[in-house]
Amino acid sequence: MRVAITGNDAAALAMKQINPDVVAAYPITPQTQIVQTFSQYVHNGEVDTVFVTVESEHSAMSAVVGAAASGARTMTATSANGLALMWEILYIAASLRLPIVMTVVNRALSAPINIHCDHSDSMGARDSGWIQIYSESAQETYDNLIQAVRIAEEARFPVMVCQDGFITSHSVEVLDVLEDKEVREFIGEYKPAYSILDVDNPITVGPLDLFDYYFEHKAQQIVDMPKAKDVVLKIGEEFGKKFGRKYGLFEAYMTDDAEVVVVVMNSAAGTTKAVIDELRSKGEKVGLLKPRLFRPFPAAEIAEILKGKKVAVLDRAMSFGAQAGPLSIEIQSALYLAGATASDTPVSSFIYGLGGRDITTDNIKHAIDVAKEGRHGHFEMLNVRE
Amino acid sequence: MSLKGYKEIPDAGLILNAPTSIQNKTGSWRSMKPIFHEENCINCLFCWWYCPDSAIIIEDGKMKGINYDYCKGCGICVHECPGKKGNKALELVPEKE
Repeated sequence: MRVAITGNDAAALAMKQINPDVVAAYPITPQTQIVQTFSQYVHNGEVDTVFVTVESEHSAMSAVVGAAASGARTMTATSANGLALMWEILYIAASLRLPIVMTVVNRALSAPINIHCDHSDSMGARDSGWIQIYSESAQETYDNLIQAVRIAEEARFPVMVCQDGFITSHSVEVLDVLEDKEVREFIGEYKPAYSILDVDNPITVGPLDLFDYYFEHKAQQIVDMPKAKDVVLKIGEEFGKKFGRKYGLFEAYMTDDAEVVVVVMNSAAGTTKAVIDELRSKGEKVGLLKPRLFRPFPAAEIAEILKGKKVAVLDRAMSFGAQAGPLSIEIQSALYLAGATASDTPVSSFIYGLGGRDITTDNIKHAIDVAKEGRHGHFEMLNVRE
Repeated sequence: MSLKGYKEIPDAGLILNAPTSIQNKTGSWRSMKPIFHEENCINCLFCWWYCPDSAIIIEDGKMKGINYDYCKGCGICVHECPGKKGNKALELVPEKE
């Protein structure tokens, strides 16, 4: 079925069809529409979800942690400062291996206060132990959320599904949606490994863990997280077989014979595709690599695509004081580990779109031109005034 | 207790084989030790209610003594004990005596 809805309503619709046991959420722009629409579904009795209205995002994440530990299928949504307020509990959710699914609508962090898109919020949470999936469009947000339920439950890590604030979240897009029954069958019934409400099998969740065992428990996360890659691949494959839209670790768009490859995530990948198409029509060998899975990072797989090419990495976030944005650092590290060098695979880094600043096709063409010259280590901010 | 590797333990720090606190004998923590004087006991069971370590032994509804494997010697039972005619049924003495 084809519907014309916003990215936020696509996320809310996915949540409705997933029909989670518990949703605890707090409104924050640009995510508000998701929980607003979803709470309407709850009010209308269209879902069986217990909707917990909370006083903050810290409480929202805490409530879903409690619900998930009791064996419930749980979801929440947030943006920017809301995600930042969840910080403490993000780590707890991940460390307790709770399969919470959260839809994040990417927005800039304060100050100065700004409600528009960049990736500072979710990029800052990249070390928290959550699986992170990025979505170019409303369609991908919808599809990724449905897959995320399975990914979280099989990999036993919480999953963040990100989409771009306003650009995707508030733009109406025509997308293919599934029947409720198809979604229900795809996600199946959740069989939790344990529940704190199971009085016949009492367990302790979250006890004190000092120098004797804390490192072992972290080692489990360190060892298990990369394995989530296989789960993401398997489920993306299965989703493709059933519904015709296959998902992998990333999308490689015209990269095979490309001399220059642009690496960019979320909605700007769409703009980049338009640039690639235009330059291809003029005979230029350019391509796009759009990472879908950022955590765990598919380093070897991405390096295999990029090695030997000239690379332009576009970051919509900055780690202040770092050599480049977080995506570029990740790409450079992946390439170095794969044996690439500055001479065979030069990488140019760009920061764009902070606080919702537009990225134009000319900006992307400029990045391609810089990369074409092989300016390794080049670092530049796009479309900013000096 | 020998320490296990990360492949041998439940993940997320979960404790699945409750109650593991039984394995952890906390009696060695004691510096002061409560002594039971049965002749002064009225079996009000205040000691049992108040003991934070469930170390008061009760049989047939009557106070029978203290489980020194787990008693940490906090003295709460001694403090709460009303005793009989001004004489407490529980007395706190230094552990070494």
